[in-house]
Amino acid sequence: MAKNKERIDMPRQEIATRIKNFEEVALGYTEEMALMEAERCLNCKDPLCVKGCPVNVKIPEFIKLINEKKYFDALKKIKETNSLPAVCGRVCPQEEQCEAACILSKAKKPVAIGRLERYVADWVSNMGIQENIPEIKKNNIKVAVIGSGPGGLTCAADLALMGYDVTIFEALHKAGGVLVYGIPEFRLPKKIVEREVEYLKKLGVEIKTNVVVGKSITLKNLFDDGYKAIYLGLGAGLPKFMNLKGENLLNIYSANEYLTRTNLMKAYRFPEYDTPIKKGKRVAVIGGGNVAMDAVRSALRYGASDAMIIYRRSRHELPAREEEIENAEAEGVKFHFLVNPLEFIGDENGFVKQIKLQKMELGEPDESGRRRPVPVEGSEFYLDVDVVVIAIGQTANPVLLDVTPEVKRNKWGNIEVYDDYGRTSMKGVFAGGDIVTGEATVIQAMGAGKKSAVGIDEYIKTGKWV
Amino acid sequence: MYQILEHQKIGQNIHKLVIKAPLIAREAKPGQFVILRSYENGERIPITICDKNPEVGSITLFIQEVGKSTAKIGSFKENDYILDVAGPLGKPAHIEKVGTVVTIGGGVGCAITYPETKAYKEAGNYVIGIMGFRNVSFKILEDEMKNICDELYITTDDGSYGQKGFVSDKLKELIKEGRKIDEVLVIGPAIMMKVVSDITKEYGIKTIASLNSIMVDGTGMCGACRVEVGGKTKFACVDGPEFDAHQVDFSLLMKRLSMYKDEEKLSYEKYINER
Repeated sequence: MAKNKERIDMPRQEIATRIKNFEEVALGYTEEMALMEAERCLNCKDPLCVKGCPVNVKIPEFIKLINEKKYFDALKKIKETNSLPAVCGRVCPQEEQCEAACILSKAKKPVAIGRLERYVADWVSNMGIQENIPEIKKNNIKVAVIGSGPGGLTCAADLALMGYDVTIFEALHKAGGVLVYGIPEFRLPKKIVEREVEYLKKLGVEIKTNVVVGKSITLKNLFDDGYKAIYLGLGAGLPKFMNLKGENLLNIYSANEYLTRTNLMKAYRFPEYDTPIKKGKRVAVIGGGNVAMDAVRSALRYGASDAMIIYRRSRHELPAREEEIENAEAEGVKFHFLVNPLEFIGDENGFVKQIKLQKMELGEPDESGRRRPVPVEGSEFYLDVDVVVIAIGQTANPVLLDVTPEVKRNKWGNIEVYDDYGRTSMKGVFAGGDIVTGEATVIQAMGAGKKSAVGIDEYIKTGKWV
Repeated sequence: MYQILEHQKIGQNIHKLVIKAPLIAREAKPGQFVILRSYENGERIPITICDKNPEVGSITLFIQEVGKSTAKIGSFKENDYILDVAGPLGKPAHIEKVGTVVTIGGGVGCAITYPETKAYKEAGNYVIGIMGFRNVSFKILEDEMKNICDELYITTDDGSYGQKGFVSDKLKELIKEGRKIDEVLVIGPAIMMKVVSDITKEYGIKTIASLNSIMVDGTGMCGACRVEVGGKTKFACVDGPEFDAHQVDFSLLMKRLSMYKDEEKLSYEKYINER
């Protein structure tokens, strides 16, 4: 039985310091902390946490290896099923997955599985240990992976380990997908993503950047070039707007643009980097998900005096992770709940200067189970702003799919898949992640990539396409 | 990495670059563009594709120095490498036989009217080209256009070459002469496209404009290039770049193009001082 009952807190950068920089907020456990936390694990015979993980990381086994201070072995244990532990340890919503299933969570706080996962990944990297590349028996069969986000990277890694010649095609100039353009440095340092991508290259995966599949090359071209199967990990790449008056005023961004300028293009280091961004003093971010939290916390770091969340429901319904909401609150983000934008108002040069808002109240629950916001008549008011970020979600990007009618889509524009492996309506083409499910999490995309790797292997071996 | 096979400086600040990019050369069609990032700290900028040579695997671009990013590219020499070139992006131009077409290019906008003029001609149209430049030192592609066009007119703002005045003056002349014009293509500075569009709207002549919005990814992911066409928001990168000019809100386009003018100035001055 564990002696230490209390879950060990994550050390973080001091608030006053961290809101002035883009460095990672969570500093990671020390060895002592990791050992104390690892000791809390009951090493259950039938571990529910493993079932709670979309890629079934062997959690009690890796934690036991931490207890024995065999950190490198612990990492290898994780990597048996998860090729991106340093990423998952940081951005997975463990509280809804492995940690939610932890038996300890019934009585007290669950084992901090994510923090321990991060600890072993960082320990190995900090010690400069070169991971041995497993011996791979090459089968000289080519498979193409479209998109280098978490799903594509996972699918590619698993296929490479099975012996396939894998090429990833990425539209942007850098591999990593949402991990590099979307998630900010202060949550996920880009050097960690680079490390994971480097590991993939060591496995023999080739990454071709600047290839916009659907424009630079088609799926048919790829089959003609000898690829036997294709995985589509396209992500959800078309930002939603609200279709409100004034939405195209200057200084109104989609969250995708705001975060891409910040993370991929490093606008926070302008003019050392060439891409600019409008910093703003009164920045309003519309939406309540993780992306909205990332945007509003970026705005704070750009020096906003008022970094605000505009959300049409109440705090209870915020879809963002609790940890991200707490971080935002602690850093001084102002939350405007139960308000909805009606119109954006600009100055004489076309820059946004105000949002017209309407108050809302919560009515009956809707299909999502959350109480539906209902407008309060006559409650309109104006909020002064100089930058607005719209973070209300994304839909499927049509660039590839518009020229590929063979891949059938559902009414939301997402790809229709016909089995657990992500088989699409086009022979030899599999799909997974946000482009299939709509917006979800990094680990869910990874889980889909993993399953498709199995499906692709089976398809290539049997030639059967049901 | 994309090798510069040829670099020719034209006049004061225009650069003709032939770049090795085999995939793009294979797929590019008139009207499309590339996104280019010249070096590690560089921004992503859209540049229209002027020409291609699929056998060599090369594309031709014309770049005018207007700020740091374009000046930086202009400083590259033959055999240097551009870090990133992605494309071909945007929808290809919709070109068919309509009768008489006037293609109007302003400055480096001529780099995109050129392949489209060629396509209009190949489709069987009678093609009248109008090219406008600030002065003779900005003149590009005259010989190439002369070879294609049934008629070619050149205007310069200061009269240093061709007819003194604007492309819109020449267009008005043609209309006043009673020439039957079935379609106009106009590509150049936003203000020029607006003026031309206002004229053709009055006479009910179908007009296509290619919109040069600010872009980041160029694949529909960010919405930086939002424009309003017929009262609806469109993304120039994936819905365009070409639209019915009469439906375009040019005043919004011009405002959005000026969004970063302070930052662009700062960046350019810093670059000039450190050069």
